[in-house]
Amino acid sequence: MLERLYNGIIKENPTFVLMLGMCPTMAVTTSGVNAIGMGLSTTVVLVLSNIVISMLRKIIPSEVRIPAFIVVIASFVTVVQMLMQGYMPDLYAALGIYIPLIVVNCIILGRAESWAYKNGVVSSAFDGLGMGLGFTFGITCIGLLREFIGAGTLFSVRILPEAYEGATIFIMAPGAFIVLAFLVALRNKIMSKKPAVEMGCSARCDACVGCDGMKRSGV
Amino acid sequence: MIANLIKIALGSALISNVVLSQFLGLCPFLGVSKKIKTASGMGGAVVFVITLSSAVASLIYNYILTPLNLTYLQTIVFILVIAALVQFVEMFLKKSMPPLYEALGVYLPLITTNCAVLGVALTNVQKSYGFVESVVNGFATALGFAIAIVILAGLRERIEYNDIPTSFRGMPIVLLTAGLMAIAFCGFAALR
Repeated sequence: MLERLYNGIIKENPTFVLMLGMCPTMAVTTSGVNAIGMGLSTTVVLVLSNIVISMLRKIIPSEVRIPAFIVVIASFVTVVQMLMQGYMPDLYAALGIYIPLIVVNCIILGRAESWAYKNGVVSSAFDGLGMGLGFTFGITCIGLLREFIGAGTLFSVRILPEAYEGATIFIMAPGAFIVLAFLVALRNKIMSKKPAVEMGCSARCDACVGCDGMKRSGV
Repeated sequence: MIANLIKIALGSALISNVVLSQFLGLCPFLGVSKKIKTASGMGGAVVFVITLSSAVASLIYNYILTPLNLTYLQTIVFILVIAALVQFVEMFLKKSMPPLYEALGVYLPLITTNCAVLGVALTNVQKSYGFVESVVNGFATALGFAIAIVILAGLRERIEYNDIPTSFRGMPIVLLTAGLMAIAFCGFAALR
């Protein structure tokens, strides 16, 4: 089980290695708090949907599995959305439309298809937990980086002196693209020293095409 | 009425551009923007599907979900409706409009996973737009997507043969380009 956690957090980290779920990654990483909120809500949905899909895997016929997965995922997203609206209205307001959009997050459908539909309940739960925490870790790093450069704070605690006005552009939309560009370049640099690992654009496009392919075969 | 519609259209096409400031539909934006030809095909297909789906989603929300007090089901209903709609559009075009299908067909299945489609449907509900406003907002948002992806494809065709540092080849340089475009699009905020 620890192996699944390790796999999700380090080996196949969804943000830095697989590059899945880019829309929320870029949209909600304006601050560390937002990023953690998004990461944890995604984790909850991922674990619950993995458990349910794994339990139902003998019942769901493979021809209609994708719509079935989507219904399960969308139900949990709705539950999370309502809980958040009730108990964490500030975070709900900050994340806005990106909460319901967890439904179309590639990571969740990807794990349902590639792990939960083929494996037992406990293993799927840990797979979801590992992937979810890996995603949370990844986007929190990006969020903290953007918050630090953009406002001089970490988790809303001031780190740099007041005199630092902050490069606001890093909190605005363009900053997301620029920070991610440098992070991917850094990863390419590190990966290029280990020739066996093949990454970069191809991984990303494959991930997209993979999701699309699944939809096509299912719906 | 007309002024309001123009305001909505300008707002969603340029000022808060769907990809460059809301980050919806990044997958196709980065994945299908290698050549202007494919990018414009994708743009066309997105305009078609988003306009249609925001019309259908708006009708379903206002005339089925609201009277039945089922608005909390919106996410589930919208995603299923969009998935089904894309399938129908594909089958319909294949049968009755082969030339259009030839042009857009390849891109249609890719659109189901485009989070912009669901995003627009949800935004329409969130801002409590009526039917006409929803359609205009959908069309303008998709047009914004088409503009952005065609510009990015044009830029990518130009930088194809440039000497780029090894680590920046591939995705990083595209992300940087998109970042610069996003800065340029920030200028449209003055239109508000």
